[in-house]
Amino acid sequence: MSHAVQVKGNVVGMSGDEAVAYAVKQANVDVIAAYPITPQTIIVERLSEYVNNGELDAAFIPVESEHSAISTVVAAALTGARVFTATSSQGLALMHEILHIASSMRTPVVMGIVNRALSAPINIHCDHSDIMNARDTGWIHLFAENVQEAYDLTLMAFKLAEDLDVLLPVTVNLDGFILSHSVERLSVLDDETVENFLPPRKAIYTLDFEKPMAYGPLALTDYYMEFKKQQDDAMKNASKVYEKVSEEYAKISGRKLGKLNTYGLEDAEVVVTVLGSTIGTMRSIARKLRAQGLKVGVLGIRVYRPFPINEILKIVKNVKVLVVMDRAVSYGAPAGPLYMELAAGFYGSGINPLMVDVVYGLGGRDLTPKDAERIFQLGYKILEKGKVEEKTIWVGVRE
Amino acid sequence: MSKYPLKMPETAFEGKATWKKIPLAGIITEPTGPRYKTGNWRALRPVIDQQKCIKCLLCWVYCPEPSIIRKEDDSVEIDYDFCKGCGICADVCPVKAIEMVREG
Repeated sequence: MSHAVQVKGNVVGMSGDEAVAYAVKQANVDVIAAYPITPQTIIVERLSEYVNNGELDAAFIPVESEHSAISTVVAAALTGARVFTATSSQGLALMHEILHIASSMRTPVVMGIVNRALSAPINIHCDHSDIMNARDTGWIHLFAENVQEAYDLTLMAFKLAEDLDVLLPVTVNLDGFILSHSVERLSVLDDETVENFLPPRKAIYTLDFEKPMAYGPLALTDYYMEFKKQQDDAMKNASKVYEKVSEEYAKISGRKLGKLNTYGLEDAEVVVTVLGSTIGTMRSIARKLRAQGLKVGVLGIRVYRPFPINEILKIVKNVKVLVVMDRAVSYGAPAGPLYMELAAGFYGSGINPLMVDVVYGLGGRDLTPKDAERIFQLGYKILEKGKVEEKTIWVGVRE
Repeated sequence: MSKYPLKMPETAFEGKATWKKIPLAGIITEPTGPRYKTGNWRALRPVIDQQKCIKCLLCWVYCPEPSIIRKEDDSVEIDYDFCKGCGICADVCPVKAIEMVREG
């Protein structure tokens, strides 16, 4: 009897955008509506090719703006269709009002977001200002570290969104250019495995001319709050359903994508927490530092909404310094979005590491290995002094 | 299936249903409009003096709701379940037979 690890799926080379498109094709979506925007464009270009050459039997609806793209997929989702769209930056900003409608009308839209800085000045490179601007729209937000995760999370997103205890839209975030345009080695599942994992969507309350219903009606002082409570409850359910989906996905792929993506947390005293591709950058430097005897760790966050604060509290008990890395600015706020999230989560829990916020990588500014090392050193300086002198530090900006 | 009901429970029409007992996302699966009594929005209540009324029906024509009920003999009554107290009927009445009285 062989004990060799069985290689499941096929190993291929794809860019992040291509991997998302391939996952969407395998998910056998019914409707795609999209508008091109860099660096997301390749996702919908590939999808239009799959539809055009007959590999994917879906309605591909080219629209005149992102506002129309999201409106189209929301309406299509109400008919019971499995739907997908993708965008970046200004496109996501233009969708903004419909993002709230997608979540509050409980449409399981899946959207690929290739994270890119917002104007002005105009910039096409990566940061997280686009998704942080859409943070509180009631969507589930997932962040990929690499191309493999962009593929995996896209498949998982459909299962999570369409679960009847959830029925919420999901964003799959991948860092612009760093992941969207980098070709990486990844393992893809065969179509039949995906088909079993993602059977055709079972919808309730579908738009039906034979049984007319009213969607998105008026609810004023008497009922609006009740519907918001339903949404909040669905987001709580999403936390449990994500666990179920990730376990099921692990069985078919051999890859377990938990809510957190951690390295060295067993004994780390200085930990960096971050979203997206920078998890990998920081892990590679952390490996080097651990080889030198430093107890460092990386707390990557894969599921940003619902925020896995309970899972984080369980593993940071012995962390002395937490360096939070924010790739977006909340202007005039006490700190960046991820820092505030964690500080609010820690408050009153008895867990109280020294915390510092690092703003980095805005508009695609490179985070060099030297910068990454300096960020860990910053954590050690705070550990030595026993206090945080400056709460927010910009790394990589010319002073 | 969703844990939420497909239809509005009876308590919903009195504004008393909890978030667990109403259909998901406010989806309305059957006609329910007339079951919501919107008359409680009213601050001023129109009161008709039947002695003064000349049955001209101008109030019946102008009421935007419509909450003026026209009877067989062309006399009129107010449907207080839906009248929101806008006062148009009192304004158009040529004999000042409708008085707007503050709801108490």
